[in-house]
Amino acid sequence: MVEAPSQAHRRRRGVLDVTGQPGFRTIASICIGILYAPLVVLVLLSFNTSDLLTQFDGLSLQWYRLALANRDFYEAAKNTLIVATATTAATVLATAAALGMTRALRAWRGQTAAYTVINLPLMVPEIVVAIATLAFFSVLSSSLGISFGFGNLILTHTVFCIPVAYMPIRARLAGMDTSLDQAAADLYATPWHAFRRVTLPLLAPGIIAGAALAFIISFDNFTISQFVAGPGQSTLPLYIWGMIRKPITPEVNAMCSLLLAISILFIFASSLISRRRN
Amino acid sequence: MADRVFDAAATNGLPRHERRAVFVQRLLTMPALIVIGIFGVVPLVIALAYSFLEPAPYGGVEWRFSTDAYVSLLFQKDLFDETWSFVPDYLLIFWRTVVYAFLITVICLLLGFPTAYFMATRLPAQRNRWVLLVTIPFWSNMLIRIMAIMLIIRDQGLINGFLIKIGLIDQPIPMLYPDFAIVLGLFYSFLPLMVLPLFSSLERFDLRLVEAGLDLYATRRKVLTRIVIPLAKPGIIAGCILVFIPALGAYSIPLILGAGTRMMAGNLIALQFGSSRNWPLGAAQAALLMTGVIAALIFHPRKGAGKVDHG
Repeated sequence: MVEAPSQAHRRRRGVLDVTGQPGFRTIASICIGILYAPLVVLVLLSFNTSDLLTQFDGLSLQWYRLALANRDFYEAAKNTLIVATATTAATVLATAAALGMTRALRAWRGQTAAYTVINLPLMVPEIVVAIATLAFFSVLSSSLGISFGFGNLILTHTVFCIPVAYMPIRARLAGMDTSLDQAAADLYATPWHAFRRVTLPLLAPGIIAGAALAFIISFDNFTISQFVAGPGQSTLPLYIWGMIRKPITPEVNAMCSLLLAISILFIFASSLISRRRN
Repeated sequence: MADRVFDAAATNGLPRHERRAVFVQRLLTMPALIVIGIFGVVPLVIALAYSFLEPAPYGGVEWRFSTDAYVSLLFQKDLFDETWSFVPDYLLIFWRTVVYAFLITVICLLLGFPTAYFMATRLPAQRNRWVLLVTIPFWSNMLIRIMAIMLIIRDQGLINGFLIKIGLIDQPIPMLYPDFAIVLGLFYSFLPLMVLPLFSSLERFDLRLVEAGLDLYATRRKVLTRIVIPLAKPGIIAGCILVFIPALGAYSIPLILGAGTRMMAGNLIALQFGSSRNWPLGAAQAALLMTGVIAALIFHPRKGAGKVDHG
């Protein structure tokens, strides 16, 4: 959108918001308030001295100390990290797919179908994916005797992380100038060389952003993990689910706040990297 | 259709290096397709097959063809005389799911549209900050967000604590567990899914049209209903679909905030794979849910919706 500088100036000074609608600012503030209020309360309560959840007595780190001394919490954190790290391999598959789908000179046969398949894991409700995967692995183990152990969880997470990583990579590729590759080809670079030296460095922010998103989506997944994780494969969301089914203790607030901090860090990083211009 | 036209060109008159390029591109897409195919599509097919089998007593299935799972969506077999009688319990849960999903979509639209419009009329630098602000809760852990809502609305929670303290009430108002909690939780979780597509459609909107309308003595309300909303239609449709579909498949929100008394379709499916140990029935219910999702995808009002971006 192009706007006259004088108008932008006026709006910045808040003298006259020509395009505004009455009450919209209030509704926007309320929405942001609703989105953040519970999270703010959660973090505040995690620093609360009192173990009463309704009154605030003073600041302390005791719940964090308790949470971090919890052996099960560590075990779950370790499992989550293993799965989420392995799942970022989805980024490699997503990058290759994005290169194959976006840089096409012309649409190839089956490209529409391929696009649908890649996005399928995001269209099917999580609970359906969860029970279907449970059924799939039960068939594998009962009729063929195959079980990948932790691999079950990693493969399942990889499936829905491919489209997640695909999004920022595709966005980056779509905005890139193909004339650079052509210039490289004109200068007798082999296709591999042109890719390695020109395309890949330009694409890197998209790939990193995609990997960060894939990591955090795997890190936070609850529904699918609940059905696929075997005994001893409890991840952090599963562990926290176990904790909130019992009467809630402030220790959970501290654990949740830690997880929230990690999530926000990754989302923030992913957003900053993908928005960075050349 | 378009594919076939392109392909005819691709096979006939193309120079060799372009045919090679198409081959390489197909090859690059293969690994992702294979992984999603084996571990994403095959399980869905197996689940569909399960819905036509008989349940094994301790979970799992017996490999005998049966349509009992679909019949028992509506009817229940009497244990003694083996007659079927109509039981609307499952139907009611599916009906509730559709009603909730519809309700959430409307609430999200009513609050999300003004928010997105407000964001889109900010200066470009501020807009990015607003988008990040809306994105952060969306990507953060769903379980934690629901847990945070519980802290606020439960009987010993913040709102009741506050109201009792100032003496407005002496008994806590039960807000947790009934329908209210689920609707609030769903709204809270899906609001960004409405705001973001609305924003991206409103951001491209030429605000000079609003000024032109005002110059021609239209009221602000008229500008909104006659200019802004009709032009934002693709975004409105996209937002509604993005909220409605995941709301149909909601699982963890009603699981925690409904505390077992208010189930949605997702919880019903999970129950069959859990304590009820009737996998074929669960698979049939999942098939019913998928039918709803596909119907919503196919039959949404497509008039004015943007073209699909393949790439």
